[in-house]
Amino acid sequence: MSELRDLYEEVILDHNRNPRNYPKRPEGCNHSAAGNNPLCGDDVEIHLAIHEGVITDIGFEGDGCAISTASASMLTEALKGKSEAQARELFAEVHTMLTATGNDEPDATLGKLAVLGGVKDYPMRVKCASLAWHTMIAALNNAGSTTTE
Amino acid sequence: METARNTPHPLSNDPYDVEKIRQDFPTLHQEVKGHPLAYLDSGATSQKPQTVIDCLKHFYEQDNANVHRGVHTLSERATLAYEAVRGKVQRFLNASTEKEIVFVRGTTEGLNLVAQCHVRPMLKPDDEIIISEMEHHSNIVPWQMLCKETGAQLKVIPMNDQGELIMERFYELLSPRTKFVSVTWVANSLGTINPVKAIIDAAHAQGATAMLDAAQAVPHLTVDVQALGCDFLTFSSHKVLGPTGIGALFGKENLLEAMPPYQGGGDMIRTVTFEETTYAEVPLKFEAGTPNIADTIAMGVALDYLESVGIERVAGHEAKLLTYATEQLSEVPGIRLFGTAASKCSVLSFLLDGVHAHDVGTILDGNGVAVRTGHHCAQPVMTHFGVPATTRATLGLYNNQADIDALVAGLHRVSEIFSR
Repeated sequence: MSELRDLYEEVILDHNRNPRNYPKRPEGCNHSAAGNNPLCGDDVEIHLAIHEGVITDIGFEGDGCAISTASASMLTEALKGKSEAQARELFAEVHTMLTATGNDEPDATLGKLAVLGGVKDYPMRVKCASLAWHTMIAALNNAGSTTTE
Repeated sequence: METARNTPHPLSNDPYDVEKIRQDFPTLHQEVKGHPLAYLDSGATSQKPQTVIDCLKHFYEQDNANVHRGVHTLSERATLAYEAVRGKVQRFLNASTEKEIVFVRGTTEGLNLVAQCHVRPMLKPDDEIIISEMEHHSNIVPWQMLCKETGAQLKVIPMNDQGELIMERFYELLSPRTKFVSVTWVANSLGTINPVKAIIDAAHAQGATAMLDAAQAVPHLTVDVQALGCDFLTFSSHKVLGPTGIGALFGKENLLEAMPPYQGGGDMIRTVTFEETTYAEVPLKFEAGTPNIADTIAMGVALDYLESVGIERVAGHEAKLLTYATEQLSEVPGIRLFGTAASKCSVLSFLLDGVHAHDVGTILDGNGVAVRTGHHCAQPVMTHFGVPATTRATLGLYNNQADIDALVAGLHRVSEIFSR
């Protein structure tokens, strides 16, 4: 029971109920990518407006489970105003948190995003949490679409 | 040989004692995340009775040898045990001869074998194949690939919102262009039992041949291919208490005889020279290579187990449990059930308002309840209902009321978490 509470934390449930920057394709959007998780049927589109190397605005669209929706919502909050390089660094940190073995405390720089680390105990759900992040990187790289399969 | 049909299980005159049956299934007796396991995913794969597990162990410990062409004792034992299963499957399906039973890896291979060896050679551009809207992907994709290759058309019998085939539309689709009809007997995502006898008869009246995907039917319904009149029928062992990696295809003898081999290799030949090869008789013609010996033998033990309990008694138990489960689930706030056909078995497919199926699945797992979540390899069914995924609980002969109660309690827990 307590484990489930760890995964379905209030923060995650709140972002699922009221996703931020959703559904939204910001003005001046110049980087977009679609991601899907065929296993779950989660679909997400990440839209970035990047000017002079800075993410000036961000939004997402799509449908998914609570974990993938909350992850995408939190991503948009975390990245607004960040540089492209910072976004890539944050991706690496989140990726490590979601996939690392051992019980290390998540990096303090992750802040609120640390709640996503609860998914580590549910290997089948890691892809739900990582989908938005992979899609964001695809958008930065202008790859167009990505998949967690 | 004495058949299981003639040797009723000691239980068969008793009331259905599900707790006694559960004792035969070791996997059921464990805790998951601190709760007793409630295994409600038999539609994906069934658990295995101890006799099946023991059979595999015994084979590899005592009898392991390759079959056919061996004169040593172990090979003889393996061959006899292996070939005896053909007879068991023949009787299980009530086929008229063992020659009509081809061992395949499972339902998917059975469908692909018929697609490649029976349908492909006769298919011309503008011929038509009919399937239904509620098929598993394995009864869609092989026909689609064939149509793409030959210029034939794939036609689809639609279903109504209860998840029942609209038979009038099927009769309209039938025409002299119809060459083949392949439908599922029981829909894996909805539990609908289709009126397959009527479908087969109508296909035959048009001169088409007809096949049944019986993967979800064999664990729950009595199969009699002669009464059904189907030309082909296929199922997987692992859905009916046996191991994965093995199953059977029934085909009418004259049709199998007329078909080219499926794969070339050992065991499927009579003579080989570099100029020419003559093929073995059916069914060996379709069984190239060393077969899945141990799993085939264990499949026979699984069918013995099912017959010893009695399929009618299993069906009766499951029907009562399905009624109970449907009543209990209907009282869960915000639930929407998919698949409410008048004739159905085993499957409870549903959504909870505002909660994604995968979140439901994870929270249920936290309560020890094993269900399947996703599109169930039936994306057109999800499209019909306009949902990306459902949560699906499926019943087997070993499920009891406590399993259903655990499911319902788990769903209340989901609502509690998501209404915070």
